Amino acid sequence: MPRPEVLDWLRKRFFPHMWCPGCGHGIIMHAILRALVDSGKKREETVIASGIGCSSRMPGYIDSCTIHTTHGRSLAFATGIKLANPELTIVDVMGDGDCTAIGGNHFIHACRRNIGITAVVMNNNIYGMTGGQASPTTPLGARATTAPYGAIDPPFDVCKLAQGAGATYVARATIAQPVLCEQYIKNGIANKGFSVVEIISSCHTQFGRKNNRRTPVDNLNYFKNNSVPLAKAQSMSPVDLEGKIVTGEFVKREAPEYTELYRSLVERVGGGK
Amino acid sequence: MTRVEFWQGNVSVAYGAIAAGCRFFGGYPITPSSEIAEVMAEELPVYNGRFIQMEDEIAGIAATIGGAVAGYKSMTATSGPGFSLKQENLGLAYMAEIPIVVVDVMRGGPSTGLPTSIAQQDVMQARWGTHGDHATIAYAPSSVQECYEVTIKAFNMAERFRQPVLIMSDEVLGHMREKVIVPDNETLTIVDRKRPSCSPEEFIPYRPDPEDNLPPMASFGDGYRWHITGLTHNEWGFPTNCPEEIAKKTARLMDKVNAYRDEIVEYETENVEDADVIVVAYGSVARTALSAVRQARDKGLKVGYFRPVTLWPFPDRELESLAEKAGRLIVPELNFGQMVHEIERAVHGKAAMVQMSLVNGELFQPSEILEKIEEVAR
Repeated sequence: MPRPEVLDWLRKRFFPHMWCPGCGHGIIMHAILRALVDSGKKREETVIASGIGCSSRMPGYIDSCTIHTTHGRSLAFATGIKLANPELTIVDVMGDGDCTAIGGNHFIHACRRNIGITAVVMNNNIYGMTGGQASPTTPLGARATTAPYGAIDPPFDVCKLAQGAGATYVARATIAQPVLCEQYIKNGIANKGFSVVEIISSCHTQFGRKNNRRTPVDNLNYFKNNSVPLAKAQSMSPVDLEGKIVTGEFVKREAPEYTELYRSLVERVGGGK
Repeated sequence: MTRVEFWQGNVSVAYGAIAAGCRFFGGYPITPSSEIAEVMAEELPVYNGRFIQMEDEIAGIAATIGGAVAGYKSMTATSGPGFSLKQENLGLAYMAEIPIVVVDVMRGGPSTGLPTSIAQQDVMQARWGTHGDHATIAYAPSSVQECYEVTIKAFNMAERFRQPVLIMSDEVLGHMREKVIVPDNETLTIVDRKRPSCSPEEFIPYRPDPEDNLPPMASFGDGYRWHITGLTHNEWGFPTNCPEEIAKKTARLMDKVNAYRDEIVEYETENVEDADVIVVAYGSVARTALSAVRQARDKGLKVGYFRPVTLWPFPDRELESLAEKAGRLIVPELNFGQMVHEIERAVHGKAAMVQMSLVNGELFQPSEILEKIEEVAR
């Protein structure tokens, strides 16, 4: 059972939620809420933003300031909100399609600006809500309704993308590591700049049924058996790392945060006097 | 103190916005609207406002909506292709009832079209561009002075009715320089959005007040917790599949403009009382039309001039009675016929319609409209 202070963050009247029984997204929502509570955040000062998709229905369940926007665009809305009111804590929850396909441009530019938002990318390698179509993170050879013969498009590595684009905190965990998920989200929230926490989630309904991971337990076991901590991965050969999920904190660095830069610009031009 | 400036239309829009209290601008460069963003980039930090150049047109309006959600009066500006790109998020602002102002400095299309030439091809897109039913408020200024004035009105309407308001400027107006008499800020009528007066626990974000049928709006960060979604929602802001709630919400999106139609609609006339022919024109074309109408009067022709300032809602009833009396209308537009259809609807067949189309990147010459007036009046 979630702790009572975590339950306070839920709009309980909307339960049971609309995710399939056994979906990984509930584990992530719980980790986000524990991280927010443990970081001492207030519901009135916290914004949960999302785009469109299964993962993006999460804000409806969270009793804070919540905004469910258009497909892929949530980071652009969140950027406006953060710039307008930098005091707000913003967690942007996104799916893999939302983040890396239709919203890819907003994602790399949020990384580039290093604006104080935490993006939690719930990567289940598939478009779940629309019926299991291939996404930019569907592994090579995996099957989807729009890749019936196996995907031939090389997938994105969300963490490498975030790192290359300039995010100042980048980490990855799987839903089989709920405590690690919580810790990384907490670290992401504590980072002043743009944070990306990729959480490998499962969609047994849409991805699993076509890729021999038909049950929630199949998926959790797959994640457990194929995850490699970053420290260990560094001593492994590329061949041995093939198909593995490397977990850990990839980027932790200091850089000026966007709204702080904006504030100093305003001061420089004598604004607000 | 009143002062006199010599501004481009785009600059006038930007200063009008600042006078209206706009302190947030999210945009993306596009000809012929970029001067609006440039002035905002220079001025907003000085006012402790927020300017951000986003990564694309879609993000420009998204950030603008975000700014409005966090309590700012917010604006974005664009032109043809950018206006097309903004349509989806414009729909979100209608559905979620977020006040923003969107400026479209019209250029020729379709597609990249004529980035530096005038057209009036977006006026139906202003009304029907985003999918789904909603009511539109769109202004079409026809002078640099009016750019300033309608921008203030656009903010007032957006804040009052909790919805996007459009300013349909055009390339000639945007880049033309004219004298502007800038009124003292103290003399301006400025409307701010209605805020909830109840406690956060009692706040129902989409429940309209009984006296005006308009819901007050909280901001993220001011103590209220609420949900915003582009899904059709109930008064609590949560998605609904209940037919009664769906009908109620969509009807209210229409009603909030329809019910106040008489307070929103604006138009201008000259010499219509005894006219046998009325020229109906808007935006930059209205200037050419007015010049032609005056020349025709000098020649003794009974010609009038009717200019809708609000394209949406259209001054249909007002035009209908005048058109019936005159019997003949001339409608010059820089497109192959867009507002002419709305005008036809407005006059219910009570006047003969003469459509004039020009789609070559240029304005009509007054002599061309005068010629048509002489032909029709004969």
